[in-house]
Amino acid sequence: MKRPVSWAVAGFAVLLAACGNDASLSQQDPANVGPKPVLPEQQRGLIPNMTIASPAQWGDQRPAVPRGYVIAAIATDLRIPRQSLVLPNGDILVAEGKGGGAPKLTPKDLIAGFILAKGNSSVKGGDRLTLLRDGNGDGIYENRSVFAENLNAPYGLALIGNQLYVANQDALVRFDYIEGQTRATGAPVKVTDLPSQINHHWTKSLTASADGRFLYVGIGSNSNITERGMIAEVDRAMVWQVDAQTGAHKPYATGLRNPTALAIQPGTDVLWAVVNERDELGPDVPPDYLTSVREGGFYGWPFSYWGQNVDPRVRPQDPQKVASAIAPDYSLGAHVAPLGVAFSVSAMGGEFADGVFVGERGSWNRDKPVGYKVVFVPFRDGRPAGPPVDFVSGFRGTDGKTRGRPVGVSVDPRGALIVADDLSNTLWRVTPAR
Amino acid sequence: MDATFDRPRQRPLHPVNAFLVSATVTLFLGALLSDLAYAMSYQVQWTNFASWSIAAGLLSGGVVLVFALVGLRHADRHGGRYLSYCLILLATWVLGFINAMMHAKDAWAVMPEGLILSAIVLLLACLAAWMGLSNFRIGYVP
Repeated sequence: MKRPVSWAVAGFAVLLAACGNDASLSQQDPANVGPKPVLPEQQRGLIPNMTIASPAQWGDQRPAVPRGYVIAAIATDLRIPRQSLVLPNGDILVAEGKGGGAPKLTPKDLIAGFILAKGNSSVKGGDRLTLLRDGNGDGIYENRSVFAENLNAPYGLALIGNQLYVANQDALVRFDYIEGQTRATGAPVKVTDLPSQINHHWTKSLTASADGRFLYVGIGSNSNITERGMIAEVDRAMVWQVDAQTGAHKPYATGLRNPTALAIQPGTDVLWAVVNERDELGPDVPPDYLTSVREGGFYGWPFSYWGQNVDPRVRPQDPQKVASAIAPDYSLGAHVAPLGVAFSVSAMGGEFADGVFVGERGSWNRDKPVGYKVVFVPFRDGRPAGPPVDFVSGFRGTDGKTRGRPVGVSVDPRGALIVADDLSNTLWRVTPAR
Repeated sequence: MDATFDRPRQRPLHPVNAFLVSATVTLFLGALLSDLAYAMSYQVQWTNFASWSIAAGLLSGGVVLVFALVGLRHADRHGGRYLSYCLILLATWVLGFINAMMHAKDAWAVMPEGLILSAIVLLLACLAAWMGLSNFRIGYVP
């Protein structure tokens, strides 16, 4: 059963209206997905559409995977796992944490915060990195240790040689790392501060360039659509390029509202990102997207979306910026909330060998929920080719209950997809059945 | 019988009620001025001020409305204009509530409807306050 929660803001009143039953699940119109999505008219009633996840336990249930694949939970009782990194020896690092804490400025902030929290885990963020090891290759990660703790909402992870980089919500830091190590040998060294005022979108995504010279840091906007003021958006909604040695940094691409995960396309220098677009413009607009990121490119936020589609909520407007906005490569659909991206490897097998996996945490600002699954976007000749295919689904059951919310994904080159689930606090591993 | 003896018994508004009526007008006035400031400056803090002013105006106006509705028990004593007073208060609150939701939209999405509603709500609140405070001298009798 679906429980759409309408919300209204006035004085100190909360409207919680449970509406009818609707067993139908989350079907997206294929026209809204892909390289040339149809963009419906903007619409926003007096009350935004809202359907908040109603959490439940997994019990004996498991997420669904395609025929020929198996899924297993390799770690449970984590503390808000968001991103993972497969190390060269096969160990898996998991970043656990929950940042944010932006001040509540309006009655809406109070009420929306209360309502949205219902769809999230109530566990406190771990502020740590957990290391998992499968010593004998049987797919059971029997060793688990805390690699580092007392971090500040760690999220993005990257390894360059013997340096492990961690993007906390306020700074990029690094640890020395030697293969096989299960615990950091010392406190992290700061590479550079990251923009952290307000931190409406606190996650700092991270990946390393192919040659290891640079790190790319994704920095989300400080609002949905500038409602915290334009000044709050300085150094936000962009990807930074950071010199791994010196910490010197510059904006690499801008206008990316919330670039929650980054990846370098194997065999190239091309940076890809998944980006969460703005809310409260309608159920099917604007699309969250997957895109290659051009150096110096401007991708629209806040002035426009998907190229030149102007957002009327932004003042002052900037027609010149709008004219320069690049349309992204591939629509994942509005509100699916991508929080993970990883390129596949041939060892994943069959139709899932060439393309990217995208973890979609799932919608709130939509009557019929979308996302709540990991999709595979097939590639051909280095470009997205064809509609997304469900790879891990069933996070939101036919009973309308939500048992997990998939976020960060990473690919083990030996043939496994690692999926962090920040609702059930589980790390899932999907492998071809052998 | 002399008609003057049939006049409804009139009393001034209870001081608490009078205070809340005045506060409601002031808060909705603050909302309108904040909306105007936002419209002219694009500084979002003004629209935040407007949101809180409207919220507080709904709170004080809500109490006034409850007092007025309680007074409906004696509507026969108060006469038809008392009903008008109640209806105007009700309209003020309902439109104020819609205005609050309008102001829950992000940034410039509030405009121009929010500004227009703020003006209408202020006018209604002034009218209600005028009726409550001056010529009718009616309302909640404690």
